Amino acid sequence: MKGYKMRLNFRHSLALTAVVCAGLSAATAAEAKTFKWANSGDVSSMDPYARQETFLLTFTQNIYDPLIRRDKDLKLEPALATKWGQTDPTTWFFDIRPGVKFHDGTPFTADDVVFSLNRANGPGSNMGSNFVSVKEIKKVGDQRVEVTTKYPDPLLADKWAAIVMMSKAWAEKNNAVNSADMTKNEENFATRNAMGTGPFMLKERRAGEKTILVNNPNWWDKPTHNLTEVIFTPVANPATRIAALKAGDIDMTYEVPPADTESLKKEANVKVLEGPETRVVFLGFDQERPELLESNIKGKNPFKDKKVREAIHRSIDVEAIKRTVMRGQSFPTDLMVAPGINGYTKELDKRPALLKPEEARKMIIDAGYPEGFETGMDCPNDRYVNDEKICQAVVAMLAKIGVKVNLRAQTRNLYFAKILRKADLSPGETSFYMLGWSPAQTYDVHNVFESLIQTPNKATKKGQFNAGGYSNPALDKLADAMEQETDKAKRDAMIKDATKLYVDDFAYVPLHQQAVVWAARKNIDLVQLADNTFPLRFVTVK
Amino acid sequence: MAVASGLSGWLHRVTDSDVWWSFKSSPMTVAAAVATLLIVAVAFLSPVLAPHTPFDPASLNLSDGLKPPVLVSPDGEWAFPLGTDDQGRDVLSSIMYGTRLSLVVSLAAVAVAMVLGISLGLISGYFGGAVDAVIMRVADVQLTFPAILVALLIDGVVRGIISVKRHDEIAIFVVVGAIGLSFWVSYARTVRGSVMVERNKEYVQAARVIGLSPLLIMVRHVLPNVTGPVLVIATLNLGLAVITEATLSFLGVGLPSTEPSLGTLIRLGNEVLQSGDWWITVFPGATLAALVLAVNLLGDWLRDALNPKLR
Amino acid sequence: MLAFILRRILQSIAVLVAVGLVSFSLFRYVGDPINAMVGQDTTMEEREQLREKLGLNDAAPIQFLRFIGNAARGNFGLSYRTSEPVGRLILERVPATLELSFCAAVFVLFVGVPMGVYTGLYPRHWSSRLLQAVSLIGISLPTFLIGILLILVFAVMLHWLPSFGRGETVRIGWWTTNFLTWSGLKALILPAITLGLFQLTLIMRLVRSEMLEVMRTDYIKFARARGLTNRAINFGHALKNTLVPVITVAGLQLGSLIAFAVVTETVFAWPGVGQLFIQSVQFSDIPVMAAYLLLIGLFFVLINLIVDLLYFAVDPRLRSQGGSARVAGH
Repeated sequence: MKGYKMRLNFRHSLALTAVVCAGLSAATAAEAKTFKWANSGDVSSMDPYARQETFLLTFTQNIYDPLIRRDKDLKLEPALATKWGQTDPTTWFFDIRPGVKFHDGTPFTADDVVFSLNRANGPGSNMGSNFVSVKEIKKVGDQRVEVTTKYPDPLLADKWAAIVMMSKAWAEKNNAVNSADMTKNEENFATRNAMGTGPFMLKERRAGEKTILVNNPNWWDKPTHNLTEVIFTPVANPATRIAALKAGDIDMTYEVPPADTESLKKEANVKVLEGPETRVVFLGFDQERPELLESNIKGKNPFKDKKVREAIHRSIDVEAIKRTVMRGQSFPTDLMVAPGINGYTKELDKRPALLKPEEARKMIIDAGYPEGFETGMDCPNDRYVNDEKICQAVVAMLAKIGVKVNLRAQTRNLYFAKILRKADLSPGETSFYMLGWSPAQTYDVHNVFESLIQTPNKATKKGQFNAGGYSNPALDKLADAMEQETDKAKRDAMIKDATKLYVDDFAYVPLHQQAVVWAARKNIDLVQLADNTFPLRFVTVK
Repeated sequence: MAVASGLSGWLHRVTDSDVWWSFKSSPMTVAAAVATLLIVAVAFLSPVLAPHTPFDPASLNLSDGLKPPVLVSPDGEWAFPLGTDDQGRDVLSSIMYGTRLSLVVSLAAVAVAMVLGISLGLISGYFGGAVDAVIMRVADVQLTFPAILVALLIDGVVRGIISVKRHDEIAIFVVVGAIGLSFWVSYARTVRGSVMVERNKEYVQAARVIGLSPLLIMVRHVLPNVTGPVLVIATLNLGLAVITEATLSFLGVGLPSTEPSLGTLIRLGNEVLQSGDWWITVFPGATLAALVLAVNLLGDWLRDALNPKLR
Repeated sequence: MLAFILRRILQSIAVLVAVGLVSFSLFRYVGDPINAMVGQDTTMEEREQLREKLGLNDAAPIQFLRFIGNAARGNFGLSYRTSEPVGRLILERVPATLELSFCAAVFVLFVGVPMGVYTGLYPRHWSSRLLQAVSLIGISLPTFLIGILLILVFAVMLHWLPSFGRGETVRIGWWTTNFLTWSGLKALILPAITLGLFQLTLIMRLVRSEMLEVMRTDYIKFARARGLTNRAINFGHALKNTLVPVITVAGLQLGSLIAFAVVTETVFAWPGVGQLFIQSVQFSDIPVMAAYLLLIGLFFVLINLIVDLLYFAVDPRLRSQGGSARVAGH
């Protein structure tokens, strides 16, 4: 094709897309609506199982539909499955929506479901963690798929809201039965092409440059959007992105830096949408090594002392960080999960009062460090919103209580390789670090317990991301028990007890939930979801 | 600057009145010299002159954050005449300390690049042959690597070889080394080009005939002829070094943002350019622009004044 | 001449191999791609398996040999970031970078050389001094800041030019071009100026300083005495004599325009190889980084070859004196 466009003025693009779309959808398109939006990074692949990351999942869900999707309030609702549930504790069923067609016109069947689920659990896919409990997936009649699990898994449907359905015939024809295998030097068709049942069809894909979607006139659901064409462009530099929005070169941008929020609100043609994200950003301590890696204190580890952790916890002023560093764009919290996640316990989310610097300094002295102590700190500088600046502010706050922190902020690939635990779950190389976590797969607190708070254990695979090695056997027991507990009242009580344990131990220093800040031109209507997903089916252009 | 003032001291002794006259007769040069001296003096006296110590985290208070400059807004405070950034750092003091750091880094980096580049360029141009081929191919390889990658490499290797407890302590050497290494090629190529022309001239051949050593010929006769182009590059490089340092810090291998240099301040300011907190960007940017402008004007004059062919 | 070219080509291959080897020994310092390749919940064991499968645990020379072996067969592997073939990713981006660098080079030469000649001919005139001072702006601020300021003025405030991207492009075979559409041409203006501004200053100052020197030589004085017109002297004699150093530097700068495009492309979201490289560094996308460095190495080697050939064409002294010995020396 020639003469495609990346950036056009609005009138121009209206005219052009009108021509393109006239033949496409005579029924719905009284007027062609092009929606241009940008994000800092590109979608890494068109293959919906290539990577389990929010942006890829939310983007590919515009082209592919899942069996069960999330509505505007993140509640589950029927998509390609009209009905689902458990016939017994270890058996799930999914009833397939009849009459659905893929973009190429072929019918969507139970075979496609079985194929897709197996592909998502197969080689090259990064979705495998959603299938840990699965024993068998089989077709039962033309309209039903049955799944048996190795043990009761009450969260299976929640997890699978992220798994979209592909066409078996299309994948087989194009040699894309498995996701791209990075170790083979050949391209996978599904990396650059996509063909699903979703509200939009992929028209053009140029990795890192732009991706163009067009409306699917034969979508099974009633469209809530009025778009005929969507042009997505990655624009890495935040300042350029904001300028492009102000200039009207794009209609919407994802991830607005906090510093630009206020000035954008003053723009006549721009509106800002903000809300809390489900991710909690927190600080962790090395509580495992007998001696810190980078410290002047030899022979003992100050972070093993609960009093020291308390003094630090109560010296970090999250409200001040919110006011200046985050410019109001954060939601301070004292728990490791955000409101909206199942298991968030509101009555325990109370930050203990801030200490005066001399009070905190006295606690450190009483703990056996009359001269205070020195420690290294690791921080990413391109992962979370204002990550490095937050760490700097923490360094300044701790300097006042006699804890000298040597900050090392670096790019995420170096950072994670340094701080995360090794394959055998031996500790990574850090003393004090920053991490953010969202149980985005299940929206349930158990994921946080098993990943971040339980004692690292190679056999059970728990505590994979517990980089500091915090360990409390009582908590481990509660977390294991809640995994299989199906009685909600009992489970809630366990969650509450376990939460209290880590809060009382000052195991981590939770800082805040980042705000999800989006900005759009005034003529765009869209829905902002708390998990930072952005389904195009909720977008309308006025 | 140290180069400039050192050279002008030398000039006074060697060619005094001529050069001094050309200096005095150009008001722009005088202004540039005054500006340069002022910026350098204030920067190096920052521990005495600066109202705050922005490199000491214990002195920072987030409650002082984002204060506007005192003269433009009633929210400003005289304690922070040019306002504060989002860490509560005084912008004026940050600029003073940052300029000092940037000057040290740029001067050191340019010195490394000049020494390396001129020596290799002289050797390459004068001897030619295999020596020339090897040096110039190394230069080709060097040019392939952006300063960013050189910095990452040095950073990684240094950390691998020497077990340093604090990264901050080696950061400055990494930056100086990276910038120096990525700049030397321009000197080498320029010097080599001129030497290749110069070495065939009669006076050089005459010197060779009377048995002067190659080293002496190069230093005495060939080197002065390349001073012009080298000075053009050096003055440009001084400013560029500060700018490169800012770019490096952007990629996480520059100087730590707890002790920001002028370039780092501008990089941080770039992020808040459209936020309305203009003072965080404008003042460091203006300081850098003034510094680079002054040094370059001085360099221009110096080059014309030094060039024997122009007198 | 032929021997010279052959020799240079052999040396160039050695250079490219050296580039590759150095790249591979430094890649492990750029970061670990695995953590960016997988989702948050992937276990450490699975991450380690992937690392092992990709051969990232092998020694640098082994990884290098494997890369060279595949590259020799035209296979650069798959990008860790996008899982697409690296060769195609780069080929798709090359036109954008070359067109941008070309425009920047045209801007530099057609504005910088005349400015340099003018300020060199009339060094004491106030307008020369003004030009010189103004030209310094290009080197006084970091490129990223200049780019953003241009965007704010010309895209956000005046709405004259687009804020980012290439605009409409036309595809001719595998090449995509900006030159055939109005929006494509408009999109080139700001990035080309941003990219060229620094080199403009350098070229202008270099031409000026060379002109100043040449104008004082006896050669020009004789020409004047012979009663030649100013025009003939300035352009026929003076400018021609300044060409040797200008060609050296201009050639080098053309190469560094391509390398410098990294920052400009990032600011303007210009889909060229520079932007691809930065994305790859952030992701530790080793196959893309390796291929990019080889490509840039190739560019530089070619440019240097051309510069050396031009030397022979421009400066007769290099040809007449000690001819063959010098050629062999290269």
